[in-house]
Amino acid sequence: MGAIGNILFSGVGGQGILLASEITAYALLSAGYDAKKSEVHGMAQRGGSVTAQLRYGDKVYSPLIEPGKADILISFEMMEAARYLPYLHKESKVIVNTQQIKPPSVAMGQVAYPENVLDAITSLGIQVVTVDAFDIARDAGEVKAANVVMVGAMSNFLPMAVDVYENIINTRVPERFREVNLKAFSAGRQISS
Amino acid sequence: MSGNEAIALAAYEAGVKVASGYPGTPSTEIMENLSRYEGVYTEWAPNEKVGLEVAIGASFAGVRALATMKHVGVNVAADPLFTASYTGCRGGLVVITADDPEMHSSQNEQDNRNYAYAAKLPMLEPSDPSEAKTLLKEAFELSESLDTPVLFRITTRVAHVKGVVNKGEMKTSAATCGIEKMPAKFVMLPGNARNRRKVVEERMGELRKIAETDAYNRVEAGDTKRGFITGGVSYLYVKEAFPEAAVLKLGMSWPLPEEKIKAFAATVDELFVVEELDPFLEHHIKSMGVTCRGKDCIPNQGELNTAIVRNSIDADSVPELFAAPDLPMRPPNMCAGCPHRGVFFNLSKMKDVFVSGDIGCYTLGFLPPLSAMDSCVCMGASVTIAHGMAKALGDEGKGKLVSVIGDSTFIHTGINGLINSVYNNSASVLIILDNRITAMTGQQNNPASGCNIKGEPANSINLEELCRAVGVKHVEEVNPHDISACRTALKTALERDEMSVVISRAPCVLIPEMKKAQHIPYLTTTEKCSGCKACVQLGCPAISWTPLTPEEAEALGYKKKQKGFAVITEVQCNGCGQCAALCKFEAINRKGE
Ligand SMILES: Cc1ncc(C[n+]2csc(CCOP(=O)(O)OP(=O)(O)O)c2C)c(N)n1
Ligand code: SF4
Ligand code: SF4
Repeated sequence: MGAIGNILFSGVGGQGILLASEITAYALLSAGYDAKKSEVHGMAQRGGSVTAQLRYGDKVYSPLIEPGKADILISFEMMEAARYLPYLHKESKVIVNTQQIKPPSVAMGQVAYPENVLDAITSLGIQVVTVDAFDIARDAGEVKAANVVMVGAMSNFLPMAVDVYENIINTRVPERFREVNLKAFSAGRQISS
Repeated sequence: MSGNEAIALAAYEAGVKVASGYPGTPSTEIMENLSRYEGVYTEWAPNEKVGLEVAIGASFAGVRALATMKHVGVNVAADPLFTASYTGCRGGLVVITADDPEMHSSQNEQDNRNYAYAAKLPMLEPSDPSEAKTLLKEAFELSESLDTPVLFRITTRVAHVKGVVNKGEMKTSAATCGIEKMPAKFVMLPGNARNRRKVVEERMGELRKIAETDAYNRVEAGDTKRGFITGGVSYLYVKEAFPEAAVLKLGMSWPLPEEKIKAFAATVDELFVVEELDPFLEHHIKSMGVTCRGKDCIPNQGELNTAIVRNSIDADSVPELFAAPDLPMRPPNMCAGCPHRGVFFNLSKMKDVFVSGDIGCYTLGFLPPLSAMDSCVCMGASVTIAHGMAKALGDEGKGKLVSVIGDSTFIHTGINGLINSVYNNSASVLIILDNRITAMTGQQNNPASGCNIKGEPANSINLEELCRAVGVKHVEEVNPHDISACRTALKTALERDEMSVVISRAPCVLIPEMKKAQHIPYLTTTEKCSGCKACVQLGCPAISWTPLTPEEAEALGYKKKQKGFAVITEVQCNGCGQCAALCKFEAINRKGE
């Protein structure tokens, strides 16, 4: 069995994680990999913590990433990056959107949003790339494209060329959002390169 | 594509003509996807029993038919299921049960393989989307050739996993569509049923023979020091945890290939049975006199994964992991502008009222800060449990019993309970939360929505008239966003000495019309905020609290003792106005007013 790559997407329900993982999965498939992706629907999508797990290689059996085996963690929210620390190993790459979304207990003023929450990851020597995806997406013309900015930022750590992603965006994204998404992607890609 | 998309494609390619189901995670997308194929009639049924009976009817008329449901839905449909086992079918009949180990979106994690055993039906179980596609098409062939309904079990990690799936050729049913009277087979009175009972046993014999073939259950040769018998998604974990080992992979979970299992067991030094949830295979394998290991090391709760399988069998392989930091939890929450919130806010203020809850988005009313639900068992159980409590408590329960139910759940199994409460003279209040849609499973239309599964106009039930028709005299409709009107309606209903109904009516913010509509948001005037936190108590995700130290408070021109102020995130607000109604300081106003 060849080596398997593991990408863990995390964030808050409604942030567009599914589309981001979809674009990445199609990009991997068109580069000739086998890929499997697991997501959770239903109750979990009402603003709670959500993840999508994407695995690729010559032949993928399990759709689930083992703890300690995620090669890339791409988190759409700061605290949601730290939550999945047990999935990381020393060489993992972490890409984090700097957006902070308050969970209910913080929004109600019962507890504070944890300060310097990414220190938990960087202190272990794990590489963290932060992306102001929200601002970048706004500059590209649509805040909702923050998810594609993140895909762009992650693309530097994956073996596919830019045109593979552009093809996917051109074929999978509804026409009126294409332009914005292409811009968002390339803006994201510039961040971490 | 996902397992559910693959199943829809397979049903289409298998020539299914009629499909009926009730939504339920993780099964919902099967019917949603199937409804987009030409030439297949699809519908949302009010509940799973109705859906299965519709499919049985279509099969009796000689076409291929499908019923879909989540695991707990099979409990509701169990009555027709057990007897359809006796009648058999004409057109191929497949019942999909989508189980949810780990309870990602369910109230229990029952293992529906037990239904195959109990109802004497074959059960097929794929491991991934591509196998789901192949096996489902097989299921229809099997159903017709053996005159049996076929149970098809998937789990969350098959339904919601995406993988590569290929298109295939179209098949057709061997049956001919038309009316054919077969009373000895279709009329299950004792005399006929006793005969069919024998047929069922003969059929099980045939099925056992088929189970021995490689089509369903195959041996993958490998290292025989340890051999594994497994099926469903667990097979994938075994392949990854022990890639070299010999495996007997079961695509048919019932009946089991006894000869094959014994032969396989004889070739390996140590035999492990790896399965999620119940020791279903293990018990049956042990009863064949085969020695094996299973639940002595592998958990019988929750999902498995590669790490659990590996570490349960090789305890010394447990890796060291980074510890999870201590972070605030992020549970799901009702949307900003959700109509349910207005009702639960009022209920949260009625501390001595017992709120008998039900299942839907509104079950989130259980969570803080509203914390206004005191029981939740299964769909339809709100009104019945309140009735049982009313009868047990007598005078002590007067004015203290409220049940809450969604529109879809009311039509699913709530209406029967309401009839009982009226007939047997309950004095409690039923609140029907009519948001026009089955929201929790992703906004499916239902008999009260006015649209069918394809979004085309359909007949719609008038809930108020329905309640009156079953004998409820006091039925009042309120707008849940109007907090004080809602409170008055609840108080009035609670004072009555008979069963009464309050219909809370406002659309879910995620239905297409509401998503397209322009919502004028509400905004906070920070200087006017007194820090009373009245609005924060709603738990709307658009409202957040900014804490202040005494110095910060002074610097902002507040009194020193003010602990903070509330802010509305404009892009999140859906303009329901509930928070503005609670603010006594006019600090929350509609934008532009
Ligand atoms: C027997 C059974 N079938 C299906 C489900 C899945 N399910 C739970 S609640 C629900 C419907 C919720 O709709 P509604 O009552 O209208 O409330 P809403 O979510 O719209 O607030 C469904 C389909 C279940 N839990 N049990
Ligand atoms: S989806 Fe609809 S019913 Fe469910 S929480 Fe959101 S607004 Fe409320
Ligand atoms: S009006 Fe208030 S309660 Fe309603 S969605 Fe906006 S912030 Fe939330």
